[in-house]
Amino acid sequence: MESLDIELPSLADTGKLGKLLGEIAEPGDVIILSGPLGAGKTAITQFIGAGLEVPADCYVTSPTFSLMHEYRGRLPLYHMDLYRLTTEEEIEELGFLDYIYGDGLTVIEWPARLGSLLPEEHLEIKLEPGRDENTRTARLAAIGNQWLDRLPVIRQTLFG
Amino acid sequence: MLILGIESSCDETAAAVLADGKILLADVVNSQIDIHAPYGGVVPELASRQHIRNISYVVDTALKEADLTLDQIDGLAVTEGPGLIGCLLIGHTFAKTLSLVRKIPMVGVDHLTGHLLSIFLADENPAFPYIAMVASGGHSSIFLVEGSERFKLLGRTRDDAAGEAFDKVAKLLDLGYPGGPIIGKLAKGGDPEAIDFPRAWLGHDDLDFSFSGLKTAVVNYVNQRKKKHLALNIADLCASFQEAIVDVVTTKTLRAASRTGCRDIVLAGGVGANQRLRESMLQRGGAENKNVFLTPERFCTDNAAMIALAGYLKFKDNAEICPDSDVYSRSIFS
Repeated sequence: MESLDIELPSLADTGKLGKLLGEIAEPGDVIILSGPLGAGKTAITQFIGAGLEVPADCYVTSPTFSLMHEYRGRLPLYHMDLYRLTTEEEIEELGFLDYIYGDGLTVIEWPARLGSLLPEEHLEIKLEPGRDENTRTARLAAIGNQWLDRLPVIRQTLFG
Repeated sequence: MLILGIESSCDETAAAVLADGKILLADVVNSQIDIHAPYGGVVPELASRQHIRNISYVVDTALKEADLTLDQIDGLAVTEGPGLIGCLLIGHTFAKTLSLVRKIPMVGVDHLTGHLLSIFLADENPAFPYIAMVASGGHSSIFLVEGSERFKLLGRTRDDAAGEAFDKVAKLLDLGYPGGPIIGKLAKGGDPEAIDFPRAWLGHDDLDFSFSGLKTAVVNYVNQRKKKHLALNIADLCASFQEAIVDVVTTKTLRAASRTGCRDIVLAGGVGANQRLRESMLQRGGAENKNVFLTPERFCTDNAAMIALAGYLKFKDNAEICPDSDVYSRSIFS
């Protein structure tokens, strides 16, 4: 497992990371996002959408109520929030695995609900509150091979 | 003309029978809030499974309540989207099957247009064009409604919907679900000016909404109080949070009305049942010489009566009836 911690002192830094993730995403990629309420999970997904070339007038909004939103960009973006679900069975019956193993980039908030359905290969991002209200730390970990070669690219691009 | 409306886009399985677009003969909503409450949130898959279990029963109950049989129904109206495909398909497939087997014409209705037109279920109706504010768990949108099938989206949320902000703050404070009615009730005993929560205006002429920053401000406020071991005044917190939403929603709705020159304003959607928001719309709208129409509370939350109504208006306009129509997940307006 390869990992990388990134300090995000401002929304602009979250933006740089999110856009980059969208730009280097490949079909079938999965990003799982965790962090407390207000940590910026939907915010980073908005930037991922921008990096995926989802049109700016197509707002990437919170999927908490509707569970999943899909957007058309360079690749399809499937943005899920599993917060309101409780069992693996529910996720399966909703057909969410078809999206996860589909041809787009799937971004999943509250991934703990996946349980054993968690795909073996994915990028894990933990957003943690930092020193002050605007600061976040993003802890990235490549699980399996999917993002393994791209973590150094992220490091290189953001830190030179 | 008798219309049977069917709605299954999210948490409710609902059916209604509407006569001539005005007389509601039956309105059955299988409210699932009791099923969901133990989980601290709506559980849509439960809902999805419930839809399958409920749909026949709900439709039957509506017909019985209306004292009618299917043979007497002139048209079917069913929600096509937006929503979760799994939920929508249940109502849609049910209606499509009835339509094909019983040879009853069917029209698909957009859930949001149901909310936009739901005011016509009330006694007093606005005149076209009017401004409609739909605030709910999934939407915070301002529309210019030019006719029963002509809608122009003027503003929408960029992140969280208004109802979602209520639910998330209620969850943060361990108040229960759904958040809107609970916060509304607690806010009555609090001071709306106690805490100065931010209002996201997004520029002085923008009609979009953003409630994510407000949610984060509440999280930060609660965390700071906890860090300093200070007690939380829940009533003040609820009142101040609610006021921040009410202020922005009212201001932007009135802004849309003055920009478009509309005199009539409609408030709809689940958050439209919020007492403080209704009061604020009436007061501030009245002060600006607007006619404010409040959707009756029972039609604010998701229901099939509004779907039957929107369907009736489509039939009246001789809308093209397409038996091959399909459901869609994303709003046709964004």
